[in-house]
Amino acid sequence: MSDQDTPHAPQPDQPKAHPAAEDARARPESPHHEDPRARWQQEFEAAPKRDTPFETMSGIPLDGVYGGAPFPGQFPYTRGIYPSMYRSKLWTMRLFAGMGTASDTNLRFKKLLEAGGTGLSCAFDMPTLMGRDSDHPAALGEVGRAGVAVDTIADMEDLFADISLSSVSTSMTINGPANIVMAMYIVTAERSGSQRKDLSGTIQNDILKEYQAQKEYIFPPRPSVRLVTDLIRFTTAELPRWHPVSISGYHIREAGSTAAQELAFTLANGFAYVEAAVAAGLDVDDFATRLSFFFNSHVDFFEEIGKYRAARRIWARWMRDRYGARNPRSLQLRFHTQTAGVSLTAQQPEVNIARVGVQALAAVLGGTQSLHTDSYDEALALPTEKAARIALRTQQVMAHETGAANVADPLGGSDYVEWMTDEMERRASTVFDHLEELGDGSILEGVYAGIENGYFVGEIADAAYRFEREVNAGRRIIVGVNAHTEGDTGDTPILYIAPDVEKRQLERLNLIRRERNGIEVNESLKRLAEDAGDPAVNLMPAFIDCVRANASEGEMTSALEGVFGTYAEPAVV
Amino acid sequence: MPNRRWCEELTEHPLRIVLAKLGFDGHDRGIKVVARMLRDVGFEVIYLGLRQSTDTVLAAAEQEDADAVGLSIHNGGHMTLAPRMVNTLREAGVGIPVVVGGIVPAVDVPLLLEEGVAAVLGPGASAAEVGETIRSAVEAARADVD
Amino acid sequence: MTREPAELFKAACGGDRRATGRLLSLVERGGADGDLVAQIAWPKTGGAHVVGVTGAPGVGKSTLVDRMAAAAIAEGGRVAILAVDPSSPLTGGAILGDRVRMNSALGAPAGKSPFIRSMASRGQSGGLALAALGAVRVLDAVGHDPIIVETVGTGQVEVDVVNAADTVVVAVSPGWGDAVQANKAGLLELADVFAVNKSDRPGAADARRDLELMLDLGDHPDWRPPIVETTATAGEGVEALWKHVCSHRLHLLETHSLEARRGGRAAEEVRRHLHNRIDGLIARPSEQVRQLIREVTEGLRPPSEAAQTILRSQPPGDSP
Repeated sequence: MSDQDTPHAPQPDQPKAHPAAEDARARPESPHHEDPRARWQQEFEAAPKRDTPFETMSGIPLDGVYGGAPFPGQFPYTRGIYPSMYRSKLWTMRLFAGMGTASDTNLRFKKLLEAGGTGLSCAFDMPTLMGRDSDHPAALGEVGRAGVAVDTIADMEDLFADISLSSVSTSMTINGPANIVMAMYIVTAERSGSQRKDLSGTIQNDILKEYQAQKEYIFPPRPSVRLVTDLIRFTTAELPRWHPVSISGYHIREAGSTAAQELAFTLANGFAYVEAAVAAGLDVDDFATRLSFFFNSHVDFFEEIGKYRAARRIWARWMRDRYGARNPRSLQLRFHTQTAGVSLTAQQPEVNIARVGVQALAAVLGGTQSLHTDSYDEALALPTEKAARIALRTQQVMAHETGAANVADPLGGSDYVEWMTDEMERRASTVFDHLEELGDGSILEGVYAGIENGYFVGEIADAAYRFEREVNAGRRIIVGVNAHTEGDTGDTPILYIAPDVEKRQLERLNLIRRERNGIEVNESLKRLAEDAGDPAVNLMPAFIDCVRANASEGEMTSALEGVFGTYAEPAVV
Repeated sequence: MPNRRWCEELTEHPLRIVLAKLGFDGHDRGIKVVARMLRDVGFEVIYLGLRQSTDTVLAAAEQEDADAVGLSIHNGGHMTLAPRMVNTLREAGVGIPVVVGGIVPAVDVPLLLEEGVAAVLGPGASAAEVGETIRSAVEAARADVD
Repeated sequence: MTREPAELFKAACGGDRRATGRLLSLVERGGADGDLVAQIAWPKTGGAHVVGVTGAPGVGKSTLVDRMAAAAIAEGGRVAILAVDPSSPLTGGAILGDRVRMNSALGAPAGKSPFIRSMASRGQSGGLALAALGAVRVLDAVGHDPIIVETVGTGQVEVDVVNAADTVVVAVSPGWGDAVQANKAGLLELADVFAVNKSDRPGAADARRDLELMLDLGDHPDWRPPIVETTATAGEGVEALWKHVCSHRLHLLETHSLEARRGGRAAEEVRRHLHNRIDGLIARPSEQVRQLIREVTEGLRPPSEAAQTILRSQPPGDSP
């Protein structure tokens, strides 16, 4: 800990536009409110540190932070949510698994755990993500292809067979049918001897961005948000270690938005969930500590870093000043980052390794809590094992070789980065103003209105088209696509999925349909539909009953469709 | 005589194309960009968008008297979905070309062409290229019929 | 593919939707084939109830039309929908996206689902109105009834298109903007039935009251346009709306005013055809016309005399 012996005095030209004076209110319990640096120093020293020298490769000792207040861990958290940032704990290096049948993925999970991993991250196939069974007519060709197929509790039990769910953290990327999958996970855990209160993990469950960008919606927005708040209420009461929603800008950006739009739409969705949960009777501090975010890291380095810093600042201010949160953890925006899949090129794909490196570094310098690096071959197909390994190695180079983890918010205080942060916030504010106007003062209503009148999809389509035209016209250079195109050998090996996955999954589903008790299934589905008709009832218990009766995901979805209806987006092109 | 008339139509009337995504694949950034590109080079785009089936595309192609069908595929299902679309149109006697865009590995392109897909457009194609590819596919299909 | 119009027409009458689609293209393109199709179709037209639906962008017309179509199909109708989009940029291209919202009758038995056709303006605005009227006639002749024509209510083209309908539904949604826009476009006067769509929103009652006040100011000797509140996305109020549309048709028949309406429309349509042809004489001048214009330019004849000469020398049945 020799690096802490020589604390630097705050630099004379502190970053401007930092409303440091506001800090006092956020931390009424702090005895050091008169001196942010002393407070930071105390908290920094109290935090545990990784066992590694915090110095340059030439041996120069380093402080935990440089520059002025507000420091990392201090409101409004522009510089990071923890005083010691990566000195205490590196970001989580998260990798997806999920392909083929549940048993195939189970093998992959167990390999990851044997290699020392503690977190599992599960991707589902398209039919599962759309709330449909593997034998749905539109599922043909998509079963087990882009993730694992889950139809009934039996698949979920296969997926986590011989894994103790109370000792791992599981991340599940699913939205429309999140409640169904969560119910399956809970029943699986209980049957294998784990208790609800010990389950830890994250479910994406961010339905609003589906209408805006990813398009994996099932029901209309309002009943869908009710499902989200049902899950928030349920986990708040029974699974205190679970993150019931991961508010995701990633897909908004992938659909073509600008960085500022990603920032603004995502935070607006976050505010909308807060308003919905409060309207459902929860106290903001009861659930806000369990909210987390998921951002994209695109290739414009400084713009991305400004985006992350602005996100933390805006969230802290809104949570405190508008939604009255008092717990500091409610004000701290925690986020996962994934590098931009859309920035990867099919031409000269090896060059993507360089893009991903730059994007990963932006996420780290922007203070992310966890990171997924894309594999270089993802513009061609699902990643091969080798490509996925290179992606992980990229993060490890970042963590252990570059020194990027030594100092918190190393770019804070740069006039450019501070300006970019302010600019991101300013642009986001104009979006919030528009949504408030649309919603008559409510962000939630504004988001509903913006979904219905095509505001979000229109803005995103405009931005995507503008970008594409610039590339087409050669005003924007994409290496290997519209410049420096020589040398594309086209010999990148790609991954093929075995074609028998679908057959195996269908046989399994048919077997369960034959063997289960049909009366039990029908009764549980009937209750689900009845409960759905009463907005005051939390649907989670009914989902859990359906799961126990071996009702399939598609059957539960259909039962709800009868009550909620379905959604088709307005044709905004 | 019929040939002369087709040529006239090609120059005098905007080509009509049905654009759609089949199945659950929700990646619609590309199809929206292509819709605008085609509009800007003079096409009439009948935009069906997400979650279509080969039957809804066929119905649109017939009723709208489309000159071509454009499928956008990003889920790796091109080898299943595109040939099914080609066959659905063929069985209904609708002799218009099917053009595929999206993520298609280079090794699959010749296989798709063998299955009757008229052209495969990769990412990064310009508006002019996209328009020209479809126009040539339409002309080739018409020459076949006549 | 190269079937002749007569053959296409026969197939279309037998339910061949591809043939109908092709006939509509020929009509839309005009020219000799278009005229031929119009001639073949003409004797069989007049049977269908033509319903125009218009309103400002964003009032939910497509969904409303979709639900009306479903109601008509439930009563045994062979519905056709013509979605007219006059907003096209200079390139002549267009993005036609109305079909996306018209899927509630997808589950209808084979042959019962609505025939849906989208139509763009292709540059000349007068042409669109004529093409739309021609298309309605073809759809009528091949056996569709009712025919619902949907168009955005923002300009003269729309007025022309819906004016050709037997029954005009004007859709508004809660909030001032729509009514003002509709009023500006002169659409309120055209309405036979009003739909206050999105009636689950605040302001629906105000919208209805504004319309009532406006109707109170006018003179409605035998048909005061009813106002129906609908929430098309949930299908609410659409059956009531369709009932009013049907009663209006009945009213036209009972009061023998259908002929009067259609008579006025016929004169207008003839005028448009004439206009188009004369435009064509100048836009694609023959040698004779060129010569006459040169003579006017050189001061050898007055323009009026040149025009008279051109008109007199038009052979009957020639189609420019």
